[in-house]
Amino acid sequence: MKLRIVLLSVVAALTALPAVAAETVKIGFVTTLTTPAGALGRDQIDAANIALDHIGHKMGGKDVEFIVEDDGFKPEIGKQKTDKLVKQDDVDFIAGFLWSHVLLASKKSALDGGKFLISANAGPSPLAGKACHKNFFSSSWQNDQNPMATGEVLNSKGVKKLYIMSPNYAAGKNMVSGVERTFKGEVVGKDMTKWGKDMQLDFSAELAKAKASGADAIFVFYPGPAGPAFIKQYEQAGLRGTIPLYTVFTVDALSLARLQKAGLGGVLGSWNTMFWAPDLDNATNKRFVADFKAKTGRYPTHYAAQAYDAIMLIKSGVDAVDGNTDDQDGIRAALSKADFPSVRGKYRYGPNHFPIQNFYLRTVKADANGDWFVSYVSTVLTDHQDTYYDQCHL
Amino acid sequence: MSLSTLTLRGFVTVLMLAVLALVPPLVDLTGNAFLIDLATRCVILAIAAVSLNLILGYGRMISFGHAAYLGIGAYAVGIPVYYEIYNGYLHILVAMAVSAVFAFATGLVCLRTRGVNFIMITMAFAQMVFFTFVSMEEYGGDDGLVIEVRSEFSRFINLEDATTLYYVCFASLLVVLYLVKRIVSSRFGMVIRGARGNELRMQSLGFDTFRYKLICYVIAGTICGFAGALLGNFTNFISPEMMDWTRSGELIFMVVLGGAGSLFGPVLGVSVFLLLEEFLSGLWLYWQLVFGIFLILVVLFANGGIDSWLSGRSKRSHDS
Amino acid sequence: MDWTLLTVQLLNGLQLGILLFLLASGLTLIFGIMDVVNLAHGSLYMAGAFLCATFTQWFDSFLLGLLAALPAVAIIGLLVELIVIRRLYQRDHLDHVLATFGLILAFDTLTQMIWGPDGQVIPLPAWLDGQVTLTADIVLPTYRLAIITTGLLVGVGLFVLVTQTRLGMRIRAGATNRTMISALGINIGMLFSIVFGIGAVLAGLAGMMIAPITEASIGMGNQIIIVAFVVIVIGGIGSIKGAFIAAILVGLIDTMGRSYLDVLFKLFMSAQNAETSAPAISAMLIYILMAVILAVRPTGLFGPRGR
Repeated sequence: MKLRIVLLSVVAALTALPAVAAETVKIGFVTTLTTPAGALGRDQIDAANIALDHIGHKMGGKDVEFIVEDDGFKPEIGKQKTDKLVKQDDVDFIAGFLWSHVLLASKKSALDGGKFLISANAGPSPLAGKACHKNFFSSSWQNDQNPMATGEVLNSKGVKKLYIMSPNYAAGKNMVSGVERTFKGEVVGKDMTKWGKDMQLDFSAELAKAKASGADAIFVFYPGPAGPAFIKQYEQAGLRGTIPLYTVFTVDALSLARLQKAGLGGVLGSWNTMFWAPDLDNATNKRFVADFKAKTGRYPTHYAAQAYDAIMLIKSGVDAVDGNTDDQDGIRAALSKADFPSVRGKYRYGPNHFPIQNFYLRTVKADANGDWFVSYVSTVLTDHQDTYYDQCHL
Repeated sequence: MSLSTLTLRGFVTVLMLAVLALVPPLVDLTGNAFLIDLATRCVILAIAAVSLNLILGYGRMISFGHAAYLGIGAYAVGIPVYYEIYNGYLHILVAMAVSAVFAFATGLVCLRTRGVNFIMITMAFAQMVFFTFVSMEEYGGDDGLVIEVRSEFSRFINLEDATTLYYVCFASLLVVLYLVKRIVSSRFGMVIRGARGNELRMQSLGFDTFRYKLICYVIAGTICGFAGALLGNFTNFISPEMMDWTRSGELIFMVVLGGAGSLFGPVLGVSVFLLLEEFLSGLWLYWQLVFGIFLILVVLFANGGIDSWLSGRSKRSHDS
Repeated sequence: MDWTLLTVQLLNGLQLGILLFLLASGLTLIFGIMDVVNLAHGSLYMAGAFLCATFTQWFDSFLLGLLAALPAVAIIGLLVELIVIRRLYQRDHLDHVLATFGLILAFDTLTQMIWGPDGQVIPLPAWLDGQVTLTADIVLPTYRLAIITTGLLVGVGLFVLVTQTRLGMRIRAGATNRTMISALGINIGMLFSIVFGIGAVLAGLAGMMIAPITEASIGMGNQIIIVAFVVIVIGGIGSIKGAFIAAILVGLIDTMGRSYLDVLFKLFMSAQNAETSAPAISAMLIYILMAVILAVRPTGLFGPRGR
């Protein structure tokens, strides 16, 4: 009998949770909070909360309800959480998504459920091309764009032979095709390593191959927890002096903090490309970076910057319809204008709702306090649009 | 004592089935459409757990790779759909046939081993399936495969409708429960259960226990493949992740939590597992700590799972 | 054939094998003597890595950190034995798998609660952080050679412990016949605790050795523990010798697969497909090896007959 009571009370508790919310704007945010990738999600949530503070937790005159879900770094769980946000919490917007494969698995649930889907990081090629959707927007970039900028940098540095390493998942494949699209020299070798929560972190065999390949540069994409591990082994293998390293999404505020702790000074002065930098000169960015540092004691990553922008983007949509979230056409029209103060400065949307924006060369330096950060150097690509937009027919 | 406790067990079984049968109207009352998702997942995993229980509970074959069949079944839906073949009967047939063949081929090797080697080799075969699908670039590799359209059966059975899908799964569970009940109480089931206690004795009685166990192993795999086909339809998504060894571990836990070697135990186990998971993960980011400790406590103190608690006796002391 | 690359890869494989051996030797001892399937062995590997990272940062020295972390892991191991494992000796393998699976969940979550989700770095002293030039072409990271050396020394030490000492004699006796050894009046509970402690230290040491390369990260033990189980099953449960040979074998196969399989695959499939499927297939190789060995010898290479 006891069991029945327990079961019934659990069921009752579950059904009682989604109490009918009055007049609020509901935003669900799916990101990774557990596993070694959890640090990336934490950065996003910190930034989103700063954005919410900046706007007084109000959009279109209504209070904002912000619901965070942990995808556990698994596509299947991400989809499950998205289903919950759609069906149980009945949110107006679903944002977040660090990982391309999680986003691809979850998009159907969100979009079929009639919700706006805002990617605050992942930009897989299908969503920019054939599978684009009127209710999908990116506050980040299409995966190929950033490595395309790196390809241009490689050309300008006179690199002729390139060795490529990347994790083997949706974004990794996009990154590789991105750099291959603009790099004019020869790709002498390529390794796609295991990704996911059981990702490969020992690259001894691959680095030995890279060294033997005769390449004059290595390009890698190792986001999140894999970044510092890779750079460390690259240095331990003694490749720093012989084969220069070019990265995307590998050297960021999170990995730099750890690399600095480990005393791996070789990363200072290394190059990478990005649509944003913490010292990018605009008022919104200065306020965001200052507040983020004050609140967390860390430099924000691009993951944080994108999460901040995602909230501001949503606000621009909700403001335009005065909080009437049922007016999806009105919200969509406002979102497509990207008319909000972005930390990257002004940008606009292509027909597939991916940003048309600048990409910058950045380098690692120490700031006045001796903390390492990635600093703006120069503009590589101006108003750059992804290459899939013409496959998108909205 | 035994009479009254038996009724409690029977009562819970009937109550549980009644609740499951009434999920869609109950969900309509609450207005929370996510609950039907939860119930559907629960019923599908219950089918998988019941099939695992057939070998684990009755035959004491501790398969640590049962999640592989869920994956095979789901890919048997996903891959045809990828080629725009939507025939549900075909999906189910492929799911069950491939699972059966896989179970037969691996069973020939696995069942020659004992104890921990059996656990490890079933896990090894599941890992092979895992990596096979990881390597299949065409079907998404590590990223998994989105199943855009659900299996099509007839005009009357439209799986795109959540209630229909739920009742299809629920009816399947009832059929599977009935099947397993028949199997277990048949002469075949007696041999399987006998071989658990003392395989040598059964052999000296003239039973070719290897053959019996192999058939049992194939039946369990086939049923789980069927559950996998339902799972693929339900989640609209399949990735190798679903075959990870931790998933097989979770399936085992569901069976043991409910009561290994009892017909209805796994259904209870799955229900409690999923409700706890849903409840705890909503409460606390670190819910897995509670979950892990709960798991240890269940093993240490709840011999025979929920089922034996309901029937008021320790399964283990009764059986051995 | 690029002989230089081959040599480097063989050494890389050897290093992975040594690491696996550190994990597998403890696992196989625990299994052989106590008949306990300990999935949470990987959690001790993780605990070793995190403790070493913290102590290294405290003392500002990797060696001091390592020395401090070893007894700490031993204590954790003994506590785990005392609180959970000890209650499982009379139970069957199913209960072992489940309870230690629960331990993994608890350990992974506790680690995140204590250290946060970030990986923990372990800075190496300069003399370990460089490279060793073996020939003009073969240059290896010093630290990887240090792992190989340490592992081999531990292996020798373990071999001496098991074959030459009184404790080793009891361990061997326990592995062969548990009832007999308790009948001889040896405190079996104490023996079990000691063996579990040794296993914990070995696993922790493996974690400490790898962490300066990969960082200490949550769940780092969950994949390698499965490979370590493959190693002890291939080697034959309870056999240190088997664990050593199987570990080296598995390490070499894994590394060689990652290095050369894509080249092989490119002979009969497109370069794109070869690059993406080769890593998965090479990860599968060790499981295929295990299945083949078990199909031929159901108790593994050096396993006792009739277990």
